[in-house]
Amino acid sequence: MATLSDSRAFLDGMGQQSRLDLSGVTILDTAGAWLLVSYQAAGAAAGLGVTLVGASPAQSLLLDTVSAAMPAPRKPARRRPHHRAGDGLARLGAQISAFATSIGESLGFLGLVMARMGWMILHPSRLRVTALVHHMQHAGVNAVPIVALMGFLIGIVLAFQGATQLKQFGAEVFVVDLIAISILRELGILLTAIIVAGRSASAFTAAIGSMKMREEIDAMRVLGLDPIERLVIPRILALVILLPMLGFIANMSGLLGGGLMAWTQLGISPGMFRTQLLNNTDVSHALVGLSKAPVFAVIIGVVGCHQGMLVKGDTESLGRQTSRAVVIAIFMVIVVDALFSIFFSLWGV
Amino acid sequence: MASEAIITVRGLTTGFGKTVVHENLDLDVMRGEVLGVVGASGSGKSVLLRMIVGLLTPRAGQITVLGTDVLAAGSGGIAAVGNRWGVMFQGGALFSSLTVRENIEAPMRERLEIDPATRSALADLRIAMVGLPPTAGDLYPSDLSGGMRKRAGLARALSLDPEILFLDEPTAGLDPIGASEFDALIVALQKALGLTVFLVTHDLDTLHATCDRIAVLADRRVLVTGTMAEMLKVDHPWVHAYFHGPRAHAAQTAQTDQGAA
Repeated sequence: MATLSDSRAFLDGMGQQSRLDLSGVTILDTAGAWLLVSYQAAGAAAGLGVTLVGASPAQSLLLDTVSAAMPAPRKPARRRPHHRAGDGLARLGAQISAFATSIGESLGFLGLVMARMGWMILHPSRLRVTALVHHMQHAGVNAVPIVALMGFLIGIVLAFQGATQLKQFGAEVFVVDLIAISILRELGILLTAIIVAGRSASAFTAAIGSMKMREEIDAMRVLGLDPIERLVIPRILALVILLPMLGFIANMSGLLGGGLMAWTQLGISPGMFRTQLLNNTDVSHALVGLSKAPVFAVIIGVVGCHQGMLVKGDTESLGRQTSRAVVIAIFMVIVVDALFSIFFSLWGV
Repeated sequence: MASEAIITVRGLTTGFGKTVVHENLDLDVMRGEVLGVVGASGSGKSVLLRMIVGLLTPRAGQITVLGTDVLAAGSGGIAAVGNRWGVMFQGGALFSSLTVRENIEAPMRERLEIDPATRSALADLRIAMVGLPPTAGDLYPSDLSGGMRKRAGLARALSLDPEILFLDEPTAGLDPIGASEFDALIVALQKALGLTVFLVTHDLDTLHATCDRIAVLADRRVLVTGTMAEMLKVDHPWVHAYFHGPRAHAAQTAQTDQGAA
């Protein structure tokens, strides 16, 4: 048995012959037949007819099939020079414009969802309660352990870092204000939103995207079911209801972690912590923090569902949109949080 | 036709959980034949195919393909015998991140050492042999119609010049013209390349057009094997309903007409 490269070397070594005797060939596969037919074609191009003789009936059938299917040699695709001046700039421009377009599309989708939501407020019986509860369970309740753990650890970190700095001034007791204000106002809800964006935006995109791939969305449209009403609104509503609660849980476990650390490391007793907390920290801090939660919930839900709707027919695009959903959701949450900070400071809250 | 069994299955028992799919199933596939496997939905036709190519492991039994005991071979042994068979899955199962040409080149790239130019020329040859237009090579699977995807899947299954070709529902979801073209393609390639074909199908026209022998899966085993003429004489209720139903008559008439023409 000879391999393809052996046979080619053998044929090349013979130079162009006008007659090949195949009676000694015992096994001939498609690749071998391809080699013989190519040899014949090369001979014809050089003005020399090559006849193949002595092939068994099965072999000549194979040779006929291969020569009938022989594709015309492909023209090598013209290559662009690899790098040209300005390529990077053009790519940057394309990326920025694609990003702007996708933000615009997301806003369009948000508008669509808002319109549907408004219509649904007028027709509350259209709300899918089962779906809503299902998503509340998956996106909300199941996230409680991770959110609580994260809040607790952030509280510990803040207490620890704050204590070492404040000790220098003998102002350890203000660590309570530090923990309370930073967690209640910013960190609790922001970090919760980031965790939920990672957990749920990706889950929404993957679920809706795979439904899109299996034509379930098209089937819903044909049956007169509105995918926004059935798939998107329950998910977004579930987040709007539960993200404030998750934020509250993060706040409480953050205070718990901070209080525990203050007690063991700084000797601030729980009673002292409570007094300091109630006297110096206004409840408005907590309200400011929690007021951002529904907005973050809408951002996460809309981005996750919208990216799911953008999935095309192939598996590659499902992965791409899922990772894009997480990136966009987290990015938008942080941008909006910054806008909130500016807004609240101008407002003087 | 040489009566050398190229695939032998003995005493195969499989199940998932409490469901028993096969019980003591025996089957022989002879070299150079086209064997059609039929059976009701859920009778374990595709499971049998997956078992033979080593994707699933049975509870008991023995499977020998080309002289290799598939169950005892381990992954190295399966890979060695896997160079000698090609599998076409129902939807084509093309890799969606690769073009059609790259899909066909993938087995050659993995298993053989050939230079890239030859590899891509051989892939183009396969593209032409399964009747795809030359431009199809640069397309991605998501750009193809269902029929083209099946042809591309067949081209990939053929890319290592296999001795055995496993086809899972090759004509399901094709229009009648596309399906009969596909049947003709399978017959032509089987003759030209001297393939042994293991074909799982529901399509009676395909059975008529391509199969030398038919194996019926029912009651968790291979109930009966034989030619189409022999099938018509079997009086098991399911087999009778299958081969004497209205669709069967239409397929048979079509085949006789074709033979007469």
